Amino acid sequence: MKCDLVVVGAGPAGSMAAKTAADEGLDVVLLEKRQEIGDPVRCAEGVGKVALAEMVKPDPSWISAEVRGARIYAPDGTPFVMTEDRAGSEVGYVLERKVFDRMLAMKAAEAGARVMVKTRALGLLEENGVPTGIIALHIGEKIEIEAPLIIGADGIESKVGRWAGIDTVLKPQDIEVGVQFLVQDGKIDGEYCEFFLGNEIAPGGYVWAFPKGKNLANLGIGIQGSRSDPGMSLRLLQRFLKEHMPQAKILEMMVGGVPVSGPIESTTSNGVMLVGDAARQSDPITGGGIINAMRAGVMAGEVAAELVQQGDLSREALKIYEDRWRDTIGKQIARNYSAKELFVTLTDSDLNGLVHSLEGEDVANLELKDLLKLLARQNPKLLWKLRHLRR
Amino acid sequence: MLIINRYKCGYCGACVGACPATALELVETWLEVDESCVGCGICTKICPLGALELTEEGET
Ligand SMILES: Cc1cc2nc3c(=O)[nH]c(=O)nc-3n(C[C@H](O)[C@H](O)[C@H](O)COP(=O)(O)OP(=O)(O)OC[C@H]3O[C@@H](n4cnc5c(N)ncnc54)[C@H](O)[C@@H]3O)c2cc1C
Ligand code: SF4
Ligand code: SF4
Repeated sequence: MKCDLVVVGAGPAGSMAAKTAADEGLDVVLLEKRQEIGDPVRCAEGVGKVALAEMVKPDPSWISAEVRGARIYAPDGTPFVMTEDRAGSEVGYVLERKVFDRMLAMKAAEAGARVMVKTRALGLLEENGVPTGIIALHIGEKIEIEAPLIIGADGIESKVGRWAGIDTVLKPQDIEVGVQFLVQDGKIDGEYCEFFLGNEIAPGGYVWAFPKGKNLANLGIGIQGSRSDPGMSLRLLQRFLKEHMPQAKILEMMVGGVPVSGPIESTTSNGVMLVGDAARQSDPITGGGIINAMRAGVMAGEVAAELVQQGDLSREALKIYEDRWRDTIGKQIARNYSAKELFVTLTDSDLNGLVHSLEGEDVANLELKDLLKLLARQNPKLLWKLRHLRR
Repeated sequence: MLIINRYKCGYCGACVGACPATALELVETWLEVDESCVGCGICTKICPLGALELTEEGET
């Protein structure tokens, strides 16, 4: 089989890349190793409304809930609230990713991409050390797909980069690992996405509760890999549930890891681009990666269309993609990596102090940027490391 | 040797992304380990469900 572009992985990054490139006229093959796109889900499903609507028209078939903002709890239980339009781009909708991911793949298919499920990329085809396509296992049969360009959108477990000599190994301190239950409970607040901070609750991470509809929520935990021990995520989440919602019923369970490494050194190689979690483009402070994955997918799809038509797919030529994402989403990823590096060092009393310092201040309507400024002003010693965030 | 408890594993792929030796592969819901495993223990530590365990060579 021959085409202009092979995209490995039909998550948000891969489907957006495939759609964008196919819209521009490329012959695209989109591979997904699962037999059902989007399932099993590995996500809390929160996204910002504005950012999402810039890329796809919101549709009730894949939106489970709309929230008014975020409520963040200090380790001692003190809350503070941020309204939706101010909570950065992190909350707004809670999606149904099983439906959402398939819808995005369908958009790629409508644009002309050939989608192949139960098709796992096994390695690169190469000629004189230059990738010329992908070897894959399609429903148990080996196939070869020749293409001058490959986009690796293969998520947390990405191999495409490793095959192409790009170092994507996540150090334990640069991965958040977790478990999530879909819980049903009368106590669930359907209006806000909630975040619970604390070293006892979730070392180097947080517990979240994102509403999914009436009395339903994604209740999950993410902890820093370097502070985890075998099975710790599950034990801590079970304890949280027992203490906070002892009556809750668990209707679904999922497990996952998200990169929090900040921008990696390189996301391109001759004939290869990485996008989304494969390129470690998720946000290091929130662990959110859907929007960045989609944006990077669009950028890579555009660059693919430009360069395949011109015929130069060398690493030097692909630098356009490298520059584009670093100049856009990369800036915030880098900034939030510094914030994460500080966040993971905070003790519970630091965290309590930070939240208390906001008491009496009208924070609900502050922009995230102004909130950080205020925090830095109230807590000069603690946050001096974050002074460069105040620009 | 790395022992995978597939009754526990939630096939999330976190261990695959963190393995420095590229020894792990997730085949849909089936996690595999190959001979390149160096026994560093990173995967066992980060596994959210505790599905991985290292044993001394020879033991099972
Ligand atoms: C617990 C948890 C909670 C999260 N919560 C949020 C949240 O609330 N908001 C948010 O924005 N983000 C969240 N994220 C992050 C978000 O899920 C990811 O950033 C996002 O899915 C990345 O999209 P992607 O397309 O890069 O990768 P993925 O969605 O992971 O897609 C990669 C695809 O590639 C496929 N694949 C892998 N290897 C191969 C191969 N060899 N051949 C063929 N196909 C392959 C996989 O099967 C998969 O379908 C969360 C993550 C976790 C783990
Ligand atoms: S980290 Fe644990 S649950 Fe996830 S795939 Fe690896 S062994 Fe399975
Ligand atoms: S023990 Fe280390 S080398 Fe072996 S599979 Fe686990 S992470 Fe990879």
